Amino acid sequence: MLKTFKIGGIHPPENKLTAGKPIEVLPLPTSVFIPVGQHIGAPAVPVVKKGDTVRVGQVIAKSSSFVSTNIHSSVSGTVKRVDFLADSSGYPKQGIYIDVQGDEWIEEIDRSTELVREFNPDSEKIISKIQEAGIVGMGGATFPTHVKLVPPKGMKAEVLLINGVECEPYLTSDHRLMLEKPDEILVGITILMKALKVEKAVIGIENNKPDAIELLSKKCKEYKGIDVIALKVKYPQGGEKQLIKAVTGREVPSGGLPIAVGAVVNNVGTTFAVYEAVQKNKPLFERVVTVTGKMVPNPSNLLVRIGTSTSLLVEAAGGIPEKTGKIISGGPMMGKALASVNVPVTKGSSGVLLIPDEEAARDQVNPCIRCSKCVSVCPMGLEPYFLMTVSEKQIFDRAEEHHIMDCIECGSCSYICPASRPLLDYIRFGKGKVGQILRSRKK
Amino acid sequence: MSNLFTVSPSPHIHSEETTRKIMYRVVYAMIPALLWSVFVFGLDALWITLIAVAACLAFEYVIQKYLLKVSPSINDGSALITGILLAFNVPANLPWWIMIIGALIAVGVGKLSFGGIGSNVFNPALVGRVFMLISFPVHMTSWPVASDDGIDALTTATPLGIIKQGLTAGTPVSELTSELPSSVGMLLGNMSGSLGEVSALLLILGGLYMLYKKVITWHIPVSIIATVAAVAAIFWIIDPQSYVSPIYHVLTGGLMLGAIFMATDMVTSPMTTRGQLIFGAGIGIITISIRLFGAYPEGISFAILIMNAFTPLINNYVKPKRFGEN
Amino acid sequence: MSITIIYTIATLSAIGTSAAVVLYFVSRKFYVYEDPRIDEVENALPGANCGGCGFAGCRAFAEACVKATDLGDLNCPVGGNETMNSVAGILGLESVKKETRIAFIRCNGTCDHRPKTSNYDGATTCAISASLFSGDTDCQWGCLGYGDCFDACDFDAIELRPESGVPKIIDDKCVACGACVDACPKNLIELRKQNPRNRKVVVACMNKDKGGVARKACSVACIGCRKCEKECKFDAITIENNLAFIDSDKCKLCRKCVPVCPTGSIIEENFPPRKVKVDEKLVTTTEN
Repeated sequence: MLKTFKIGGIHPPENKLTAGKPIEVLPLPTSVFIPVGQHIGAPAVPVVKKGDTVRVGQVIAKSSSFVSTNIHSSVSGTVKRVDFLADSSGYPKQGIYIDVQGDEWIEEIDRSTELVREFNPDSEKIISKIQEAGIVGMGGATFPTHVKLVPPKGMKAEVLLINGVECEPYLTSDHRLMLEKPDEILVGITILMKALKVEKAVIGIENNKPDAIELLSKKCKEYKGIDVIALKVKYPQGGEKQLIKAVTGREVPSGGLPIAVGAVVNNVGTTFAVYEAVQKNKPLFERVVTVTGKMVPNPSNLLVRIGTSTSLLVEAAGGIPEKTGKIISGGPMMGKALASVNVPVTKGSSGVLLIPDEEAARDQVNPCIRCSKCVSVCPMGLEPYFLMTVSEKQIFDRAEEHHIMDCIECGSCSYICPASRPLLDYIRFGKGKVGQILRSRKK
Repeated sequence: MSNLFTVSPSPHIHSEETTRKIMYRVVYAMIPALLWSVFVFGLDALWITLIAVAACLAFEYVIQKYLLKVSPSINDGSALITGILLAFNVPANLPWWIMIIGALIAVGVGKLSFGGIGSNVFNPALVGRVFMLISFPVHMTSWPVASDDGIDALTTATPLGIIKQGLTAGTPVSELTSELPSSVGMLLGNMSGSLGEVSALLLILGGLYMLYKKVITWHIPVSIIATVAAVAAIFWIIDPQSYVSPIYHVLTGGLMLGAIFMATDMVTSPMTTRGQLIFGAGIGIITISIRLFGAYPEGISFAILIMNAFTPLINNYVKPKRFGEN
Repeated sequence: MSITIIYTIATLSAIGTSAAVVLYFVSRKFYVYEDPRIDEVENALPGANCGGCGFAGCRAFAEACVKATDLGDLNCPVGGNETMNSVAGILGLESVKKETRIAFIRCNGTCDHRPKTSNYDGATTCAISASLFSGDTDCQWGCLGYGDCFDACDFDAIELRPESGVPKIIDDKCVACGACVDACPKNLIELRKQNPRNRKVVVACMNKDKGGVARKACSVACIGCRKCEKECKFDAITIENNLAFIDSDKCKLCRKCVPVCPTGSIIEENFPPRKVKVDEKLVTTTEN
C-alpha cells in the first residue's frame, strides 16, 4: 500500500509528455529582462545602472530585508537600463534589461562537473551561503530558502522532506533533474540536513516516476539518514501539508507552519540549487523549464537562464501551435495564464504549457446541484460550495469561521465541479478580503 | 478573439464531469425498472411515464421562459428524472389528467418556486407524488393486478396495504402471509404496486450502476434500509404475530425506490457522508414508524420529505473532517 | 349554544387576557426610553437605508442627528438639502446648505477606443478580474466593465452598456450615496459637484502611465501633456503622475480646455452645441 494523504484529492490526466526527454540547454538569448521581485517578500534593490558591464553570477540587485533575497545576472553583457516590464499579472514590475555579450562568468564559480561531497558543516555558514546565492523555493512558491532554514524561536526541525512529487500534470522538470543529477541532489540534501541540524531526510516521489524512485533509492544508501518513499499518484500530493501527512503521518495544524510538526520541506530543484551554491559557489541564475502541450511540435525540458523571454522557449519547442487558446506559466492546476508570450522566465517558472482552444474555454456556469463533489475532493477538508457563496455575497466573517484561510488554492474543487462553477475564483477573492481584515485587526 | 490568448484564474483544466452527464446516468439506472414495469403492467405504464416526462419538460420550459424569463434549462436532464420518478410512484392506470397536475406541482412548486435546480428544499418528484396522493387518494391507491397477461380491470392492494389492513383488523401475521407474495417474488418484481416499486432486484441493479459511476454513495441507501430492517426486526422478534418480518418491510412499498433513487437526490440530501448517514437513519426511523404505528401503509415518501427539511440543519452542524483539526 | 362553544370561548378569552396582562407588565419592566425626536427625524428621512450618510441606516443617522449639537458634518445625500432642512427644523438647529454631488465614472476606454489584448474567461465580476490581473487591455487603470458598480447601486442610477464596455451613471437618479465608489476595484468613480442641468467637464481617464504608453493602450487616454492646465484660467486643472484632474469645485464650465486636449480625453456633457466652429473630432462626449 503506497502512502498518501487521506482527505480529498483528484486524478487529472498526467500527460507527462516530456518525461523521457533529457534536459537540453537553451542557447543564450540576445537580451534578457531580469525582474528584481522574483520571490515572496520585498523585491531586491538594483545595484547596477545603465551602461554597467556585468558577468554571469554577479549580484545585480540586493536583498532588501530578511524575507528577501539577492538577484544575480544570468548573462554577461551591458546593462541597457533599469526599467519596468509587465509580468504575468499585467502590472509593470521593476527589472534590469541586459544586452547579452559573450558568456563570461565571475571567477568564484567552479564550472567543473565533478561531484563534490565535502563541505563545511557549520550550519550558519551554510545558511549564509544559501542566502547570498539568492536561493528560493523552485517548486513555484519562491519562498526565500534561508528564511525556511531558520526555525522560529522555540521550534526545532526533526525531519527534512524533499519534494520530488511533481503532482502537476504535464510538468517534468523535477523528474528529469532527479534522473540526471541524482548525486548532486543527494549531496544537496546532506548540506540542508546539516543546515537544519537534522539526522533524517525523506525524499517523496510520486509512483508515476518509477525510474527516479529506483535510481534515488539505490543511491541514497551511500548517504547517511536519507530515505526514498514512493507515494500514490494523487493531486495535490506535492502540496507541502499533504506531503508531510503522507510521509510522516502528521497534520500541520490549521493556520500553522510545517515546522510546528518538526518538518521542513524543500523542492528537489531547490536542493540542486543549494548543492551548486554551496559546493560550486554558483548563485541561482538558471533553471529547468518544461515546455509542453498536446499540440506543441517538440515538447522539451530546457535549461534556461533567468530573464529569457518565454517566447524563445516556445520557439525552441517548435513555435506556438495554431489555435492555441492559453499559455500557462506553471502547471495546468495552479499556473498563471499569460496574456502575452513576452514575459521573462523567473526563478519560480517551472513550466510553459500551451493549451488548445477547445480545452482552454471554460464551460457555461450552471447552478450548484449540491452534489458535494467539491467537498469530497478538497484536500483541506473544507466546503468549497459554501465558501464560494459567502465570498460572493461578501459575508466575510462567516468565510473566516469556515476556515477559508486554510485553502491551499490547489484548484481541485473547480476541476471537479460538474456545473463548472468558478469556485476557486471566488474563494481566492474571499481569502484576499479575509486576509485584509485579519491584517487590519492585528494593527 | 482568434489571436488573443485566454486569461482566467487557475485551474485551467476541467474534469469531464457535467451536470447533464450525472442526470442522464440516473436515467439509465432507472431504465431496467421501467422496462420491467411495462412488461408487468403493459402499455399503460409506458403511457403514464411518457405523459409524466412530457408534462414535466413542458411545464419547466413554459414557466422558465414566460414566467421567470430565464433561459430554459430542460436540457440538463433534471426534469426528465422528475418525470420518470413521478411515474414510478403512481399506479399504472392513473388517469392522465392527475399526472399532469402532479407534474405541474412537482416542477412548478417543488422545484421552480424555490429558485430552480439546486435551490429546492424538497425532492420535486415527492412533492408532486404526495400532492397527488392527498388530493386524489382513491385513484392513487387503486393498484392494478400484475399478471401474466398484463393488467385487467381488477384492482388489488399492495403487500403493505394487505399487511396494514390485516394487522389493524387484528389478524395475526401467520394468516396474512398466504395473501402476500413470496420473498423471491417481491425481490424479482412479482407483486403489485406503483410502476417503480415492483422489482427490488432491478432497482438494486440500477443503484449499483450509479455507485459504480460515482453518482451516489452507499451511505444513504444503506442507512435507510439498515435502519428500517433493524427497527422492524426488533418489533418482529418481540411479537412475530403482530409485526411482519423485516424482509417484507425492506422489499416492499417503494423502500428500495425511495432509498436508492429518491432520498439520494443530491440537491436535497446532506453534503457530508456523516450527514448522509444521519439523514438515512432519520428517514428509516420515520418510515418504519409510519408503517407500524401510523395510518398510512406506506411511509417513505413522507419520511424523505420530512428529512429533506432537516438537510440544511444537518449541513450546518455536520462538517467534513478538516485537515489540521486539533 | 353547545357547551363546547362556551368552553372554547372561555378558554381562548382567558388565554388572551392573561397574555395581555403579562405583556403589559413585561413591557413596563423592559421599557427603554428613546428620545421621541429620533422617530420624528427618522420619518423625515428618505428611508432608503443606503449608508450614504456614513451611518448604518436611516435610524442610526437619526440618532446621530439628535445627539449632535450642529448639523455641519451630517448630511443625507439622498434627501439632500430639503431633508436636512426638515431635520434641522425638528431639532431646532441651524441648517447647513450643502452642495449636491453626483457620481462620474472616470473612464472612456470603450471597446472602440481601447482594444482588447487578451480574452478574460474567469468569473465576470470586476473584483475577481481585478484581483487576477490588470485587465484584458493594455491600460491597467481602466474600467473592466463587469458591473460591480451596477450591482452596488440601490437607486438604479447606473446603466450597463455591454456594447461599449463602460457603464454610465444616470444623472437624474444618482443620489451620491457612494456605494459605487466603494464597489469599484479600480477606484474610477468620483463624486463630483453637481452643476445646473447636470453639465460637466471631466477628464475621463485615470491612466497614470507615461503619455506614450497610455496613448498606445487607449486612443482617448490622458497623456499628461499639460495643455489643459495652461489653458484653464481658473486654476481648476492639476497634473500629477501624467494625469490631468479637473477640480469640480473650481471648474466654471467654460469648456476652453476641451478642444485643446490632443486625445479628446476631456468630456463635456449636457451643453448646447458650440456656436464657434470647433473641430468636432476634438470634442468628446460619452456618447462617442
